[in-house]
Amino acid sequence: MAQKKIIKGKILSNKQVAKDHFLMEIESAYLAKNSSPGQFVSVRVREKGTDPLLRIPLGVHAIKKKSIKLLYKVVGEGTGILSSRKKGEAISVLGPLGNGFDLEAFYGNDYKKAVIVAGGHGIAPLYALAEELLSRKKQVEVFFGTCSGEHVLCAKELRAKGVKVRVATEDGTCGWKGYVTDPLKEALEKGKIKTAGTMIFACGPRPMLAALSGDAGKFGIPAQVSLDAYMACGMGACLGCAVRTKSGYKMVCKDGPVFDAQEIDWKTEGGR
Amino acid sequence: MDLKVKIGNVTFKNPVWVASGTFGYAEEFEGLVDLKGVGAILTKTVTLKEREGNPPPRIVETPSGLLNSIGLENKGIGYFKKEKYPFLKKTGAPVIVSIAGKDKKEFAACAEELSGEDAPEAIEINLSCPNVQHTGTRYSLMAQDPRATESIIKAVREKTSSMLIAKLAPNVTDITEIARAAEAAGADAVSAVNTYMGLMIDAEKMKPVLGNVVGGLSGPAIKPMALKAVRDIYRSVKIPVIGIGGIMTGTDVAEFMLAGASAVQVGTANLADPDAYERILQQFKEYLNKQGIDRAKNLTGKLRA
Repeated sequence: MAQKKIIKGKILSNKQVAKDHFLMEIESAYLAKNSSPGQFVSVRVREKGTDPLLRIPLGVHAIKKKSIKLLYKVVGEGTGILSSRKKGEAISVLGPLGNGFDLEAFYGNDYKKAVIVAGGHGIAPLYALAEELLSRKKQVEVFFGTCSGEHVLCAKELRAKGVKVRVATEDGTCGWKGYVTDPLKEALEKGKIKTAGTMIFACGPRPMLAALSGDAGKFGIPAQVSLDAYMACGMGACLGCAVRTKSGYKMVCKDGPVFDAQEIDWKTEGGR
Repeated sequence: MDLKVKIGNVTFKNPVWVASGTFGYAEEFEGLVDLKGVGAILTKTVTLKEREGNPPPRIVETPSGLLNSIGLENKGIGYFKKEKYPFLKKTGAPVIVSIAGKDKKEFAACAEELSGEDAPEAIEINLSCPNVQHTGTRYSLMAQDPRATESIIKAVREKTSSMLIAKLAPNVTDITEIARAAEAAGADAVSAVNTYMGLMIDAEKMKPVLGNVVGGLSGPAIKPMALKAVRDIYRSVKIPVIGIGGIMTGTDVAEFMLAGASAVQVGTANLADPDAYERILQQFKEYLNKQGIDRAKNLTGKLRA
């Protein structure tokens, strides 16, 4: 894995793409060359001051030739400041961090199809994965869930690449009314998704991942899930971002953020 | 400019160290910090046996602070010696191993494991982790009990000739009483402060944010309180004080030394910026230059009050 570095990147753009959601492109040849889908970076939202104190971990959303893109939701003070950052400004980025999706497990075992399941801004790292898989001519199908139609992300971009995208919204303002795991479960039960040769990749809220891991397990489909957690250092030093697995605590930042879905102890981790 | 400081029988090339629990076992920071240049590396606390740590969430950010409840997760001293210690030794920086235990026997057994030819430059006795249970004291922290403090330090002293630093808790009525007990028991220095006990609440869920309900607060938010603790201790004991608490800049280092610290430990800053150490050391040198101070050690206790 590439050495993590602190990069002084330049903000190439920072635009709102949906309600509460922004897309930032940061110039960095190093991060572009050395990041892989599922890895994350940690950004300092402003240079000076101690509040916010910590960096914000964000999954790499797209990997370009000399830049990376980060898709984020404004959820608090830190992401609020990030959304106000301007084109041309410098930003401190620590990365690449974490393990990334296990692509070898997919390519090496002759999997044909990736079913990508995203909850809200959980699409962030999955989009980079979709682009990677599509560049290798693999089949990609996306299930995207969010609370409301105005929060739908990336559906247009993915459809333009020929990807089938199923949208589910909790309020029913766009697509299926309900949780994204419902149409997925239905597709599995009706045999619309072949279990052989299919691998699931998911990122989103813990209850969504818990439900999905149960269904994937039942149908015998391997699933890789990318977890979010409160994080401090982002590199395995503070042991703050522990997640309970079937073999004890692991660190989301260093052992993950991508885990085998069946490795996570969802009984304790599913409700948060 | 002379940055050297002598604590106990050990001379350190500079007084800016990194605090236990915020720098892993140093290997995590390789390539981000010139490890050889660090004044001293304090390890993540090791215990006799493996500890799995506390249930998540273990950390949450607070205004200019960090509330944590890691719970001393570590794989035990045997694993530490085999898997982590060799790299630490190789860095070329002085290594101070932080140890903890549930009672004095465990503290002593840890110290014994670290004695002999391969002994570290110093041992920091972590009497003050707010996130673990202890036995043999009616207090929730060893460092709240002067008698437990004294008996643990004595038990450790018997097992090792390494320089001993007692890490004190700020969650006490009178920290000088504990510092005096540490001094009487044979500690070569005290370090202060560990984290302040705190609680963060998620009002929407009506729940505590941390899995362990309460945690320890660190970062710039605690600096004024930590400075006062250091000054109080400095005025009540003869052994050196090592200042800890929210150091983010070189000026912060100077403030702790003015308050009476002979050296300092940078903690939470390492988590916010893994290369914070080098910046802080550089800023401290610039401070000394600007103030016309040619020996860092001359700064200790020079507060004009």
